[in-house]
Amino acid sequence: MTSEEKKPGWKSLPMGAAVLEPGSSLKYKTGDWRAFKPVVDKEKCINCFFCWIYCPDAAIVRKEDGIEINYEYCKGCGICAKECPKEAIKMVEEQK
Amino acid sequence: MTIVGMTGDEAVAYAAKQSKVDIVAAYPITPQTIMVERFSKYVADGEVQTEYVCVESEHSAMSACVGASLTGARVFTATSSQGLALMHEMLYIASGLRCPIVMGVANRALSAPLNIHGDHSDMMGSRDSGWVQIYVENAQEAYDWIIMAFKIAEDMNVQLPVSVNLDGFIISHCVEGVDTLEDAVVNQFLQTRKPLFILDPEKPITFGAMCFTDYYFEFKRQQVEAMLNVSGVLDKVCKEYKGITGRNYSVLETFGMEDAEAAIICLGSTAGTAREVARKLRAQGKKVGVVKLWLYRPFQTEEISGVLRHVKALAVFDRAISFGAPYGALCSDVVSALHTFEKSPKIFNVIYGLGGRDIEPSEIEFVFNEALKTARTGVVKESTMFLGVRE
Repeated sequence: MTSEEKKPGWKSLPMGAAVLEPGSSLKYKTGDWRAFKPVVDKEKCINCFFCWIYCPDAAIVRKEDGIEINYEYCKGCGICAKECPKEAIKMVEEQK
Repeated sequence: MTIVGMTGDEAVAYAAKQSKVDIVAAYPITPQTIMVERFSKYVADGEVQTEYVCVESEHSAMSACVGASLTGARVFTATSSQGLALMHEMLYIASGLRCPIVMGVANRALSAPLNIHGDHSDMMGSRDSGWVQIYVENAQEAYDWIIMAFKIAEDMNVQLPVSVNLDGFIISHCVEGVDTLEDAVVNQFLQTRKPLFILDPEKPITFGAMCFTDYYFEFKRQQVEAMLNVSGVLDKVCKEYKGITGRNYSVLETFGMEDAEAAIICLGSTAGTAREVARKLRAQGKKVGVVKLWLYRPFQTEEISGVLRHVKALAVFDRAISFGAPYGALCSDVVSALHTFEKSPKIFNVIYGLGGRDIEPSEIEFVFNEALKTARTGVVKESTMFLGVRE
């Protein structure tokens, strides 16, 4: 979502705020909401996938060899860091 | 066309039945109960193909109606007073999501104190909710307007929910001979609803998404436009309805306004009483007139002020109180409509009939005589008259 684009007016918007494109929430990159970002220490990670289970935004994905954090959507809630049994995830302040 | 003895509530239920509604989700409340009770009997007897959803409150009723409407269904419900108040937040959602739901409202006083009788306070409290509001004078009008309401609501240029309002008990529970249409005629008039967007698993879309500061205003402006389109659509629908019934409906109805010096404007059954009083006074040579609004929301400023501005004195009847406001709801709207004209009538507000208090012809005659005095002297004795209250 950039504020530089000219936004549509009431005449062209769909009636009643209906969103006509399915799955359009993928376009809304909530990653820029973060103040703190989760960083995983792969040395400590045991691939238990607790962080994947607990992530409320599905921003942690399962890969063949472990987890991967999708920073385009991660909002930095810190639940993954809190739940990790090995304290392998640290919340690091985002640099401006 | 067959004349059937029915009450206002029964007439509404019968009209909804003939309109082939797909879903009814409702909760009972006096004096509306018979609307949905009668309808549920049609469902139980297999006379309609309607899904009747019993819900635990009016809030749930309107929520279910909104969901149903978004699937493209034709939806009907009914309520009164406290029930309308309970579904208040959902009224805005129904209009914001552009659901062409039709609701029968048997207008009843709002508690406290608890009163089950007829006044307009319930729907007046919801006049900003984005619903089209029609007020009827009798059971015949209730029948006719429910059928027309579906056509108005579902028009591509409107897509707004519509309430058809009947005075609680006075219209809802009194039996009249109602001239009804054949099922086939109503089917031909209404046809199946053709929705713009619907919930469809094959083509998924989203309704009711979150909207931030940068978009909300635009969607409200769309609703304004829809409201502005109502009168044109209403005229078209009424004209077509006249073609099949011979009955003439529009935004308002007048009596004696061609040469009236003093007039009354009101909503609902009181218009009938006022008309009879006016007829008697006109026979005595008094120049009085009556304006009955069918369409209250949207308020047709141009047409209404056109009809009113030439009288010398105007009494605006409000069957509801707007506490702390300079005038009652209808009177405030009338005064606003007339304020841009240099020459406009002397106006006073008459608050009457609250909690179902009966309004006598003699009381209306008193108001006409006061208005005629004001017409002569240019003096308004009381800007707000509380008609019928014991001091």
